[in-house]
Amino acid sequence: MRELFHEIASNLRNNKLRTALTGFAVSWGIFLLICLLGAGNGLMNSFMGNVSDFISQNITVEGWRTSKPYAGYQEGRVIDLDETDVTWTEGQRWSHAVGNVARQTGSTGVTFSLDGNTVAGQISGVLPEYQEQNKIKMYAGRFLNPDDLKERRKVVVLSLAQAKELSPKDPKALVGKWVGAGTVSFRVVGIYHTDESDMYRTCPVPYTTYKGIYDTSNKIGSITFTVDGPETKEEYEAFEKEYGSALRLRHDVAPDDRRGIWIGNGYTDNMEMNDAQRIIRTFLWILGLLTLVSGIVGVSNIMLIAVKERTHEFGIRKAIGASPAEILKLIIAESVTITAIFGYIGMFLGMIACQIMDKTVGQRTVDIGMDIGNIRMLVNPTVGLDVALEATILLIVAGTIAGAVPAWKAARVKPIEALRAE
Amino acid sequence: MLIELKDINKTYDNGQPLHVLKGIDLSIERGEFVSIMGASGSGKSTLLNILGILDNYDTGEYWLDGKLIKDLSEKQAADYRNRMIGFVFQSFNLISFKTAVENVELPLYYQGIPRKKRHEMAMEYLEKLGLTDWASHFPNEMSGGQMQRVAIARALITRPQLILADEPTGALDSKTSVEVMQLLKRLNQEENITIIVVTHESGVANETDKIIHIKDGIIGEIEENKAHTAWDGTMMK
Repeated sequence: MRELFHEIASNLRNNKLRTALTGFAVSWGIFLLICLLGAGNGLMNSFMGNVSDFISQNITVEGWRTSKPYAGYQEGRVIDLDETDVTWTEGQRWSHAVGNVARQTGSTGVTFSLDGNTVAGQISGVLPEYQEQNKIKMYAGRFLNPDDLKERRKVVVLSLAQAKELSPKDPKALVGKWVGAGTVSFRVVGIYHTDESDMYRTCPVPYTTYKGIYDTSNKIGSITFTVDGPETKEEYEAFEKEYGSALRLRHDVAPDDRRGIWIGNGYTDNMEMNDAQRIIRTFLWILGLLTLVSGIVGVSNIMLIAVKERTHEFGIRKAIGASPAEILKLIIAESVTITAIFGYIGMFLGMIACQIMDKTVGQRTVDIGMDIGNIRMLVNPTVGLDVALEATILLIVAGTIAGAVPAWKAARVKPIEALRAE
Repeated sequence: MLIELKDINKTYDNGQPLHVLKGIDLSIERGEFVSIMGASGSGKSTLLNILGILDNYDTGEYWLDGKLIKDLSEKQAADYRNRMIGFVFQSFNLISFKTAVENVELPLYYQGIPRKKRHEMAMEYLEKLGLTDWASHFPNEMSGGQMQRVAIARALITRPQLILADEPTGALDSKTSVEVMQLLKRLNQEENITIIVVTHESGVANETDKIIHIKDGIIGEIEENKAHTAWDGTMMK
């Protein structure tokens, strides 16, 4: 083994160009693969991170206006959900699919005022779970808590856009201050990041407070619940159809009247996102494998030429006593040595490139045009050492197999023919 | 009897069959210095390749040192070549990226002899052939005569019983040719190594003790040449 190693070392040393070319092909293949996987991972991480910020997995149910006549009622009737619908949703019938159920009151438009500044807002009574369900990110202060509900505190959470209107110089200073809202006043307990959608113009106040001031009936604005059961889109859709029809019938609404009682879901959106992720991941793998294949083709090409070029040398070796097995051993050991050394170098450089990518592009953020904050295009665009090693070993094995075919042929050439080759 | 050929036939089939050796019977004693002479296409190189187990034959028997050389596996053939035969080629066939001493060492590598021992032995043989100073030079840094002497050192290092030289002076000038032939003659006399030289030059053949003429695949005259008078010219090209 040591003798073989010395023989290989001297062969490689004395054939620098060939060694360098083969080595370059291997290094380059691994380098590209690692960079590609790194960038792909970064994109994935960023995508998943960002998506989880925006997509909730909740179902929201709201009463709207009927769009078709049913059960003796004209179309255009306003449907109000009430507390009994919440209890019904929480009930035994749906327990196989429904998780936590939360409710929200309707909303009331008010004008907030402070020191002569005013801003419009929609006050809505919510539960503390609202923050989690709607992925609300706090800019300052806190969200509503259970004590706010228990004590029916007159507290409100404003959006950053609204806070800027009321306190242009220092929105943060608004926290703890009382702001006017028509005939009542609310103390601001927190400010949250907003995007442009209507949902975020909502100014949450405790559910109980809202019920005490604006709406003393048992009507509610919307029901929001998480879904635990359905795993596939089909299962979910079947559930939504069954639930929706049953709920509509409770209110004498046509079972297929989607405008009478509206059901919105982030759940299938989330599934679609998962699909998108899967597609991107598959795509990256295909790209990666193609890169790997091109690396393997490069290695085997060079091996083929190298072996062909060395036919005469193998003829000499055979004439002076090398058996076919010795020739095969020599070629394969040389190719393994080259691919291992240069594969390692390529892997090392690739991982450095990933680190550089992380420190440069990875730190760059993109303003997506909302107040919600900037997002990073690439998050941690690196490849785990295990994946890198696997890829390198794969290339070494593939390179060896690629080299073994011409090596096997070379080993079988009759010495007299090999000697004739020039 | 070192070599015994009995009715050796060899046919090449490249499109149309070419009967190259048509029943060769030949015996060569241990310690002989023999040349095989013939025009190109006479089959002399084929005969040498068969003698060197570089090529196989179709029918007949080839006995080398009491062993029947027939239907050998590649591995066995390689082993016999390594231990029993030393080759000297017209174009030297040194490995270009190896130094002189590395080239000489190579047959011992395939015998599994440790590096240090190999190196010592190779240096010893290079010294014998006056090439000590050239040990670490590459073939392209040497003259033809030096390269051929390196090749001879490589052929000798396994202490073979037989040296096969295929036109050993073919690529050398006349002065060097004489030196190489003198060297082979000395090895034959001093070390008692059997040497078979294939050539088409009468001057080269004249240096050997026995000249075997081959023509159209059959052995013609076998000339005893102990007095080296088969050819009256001086060895020049």
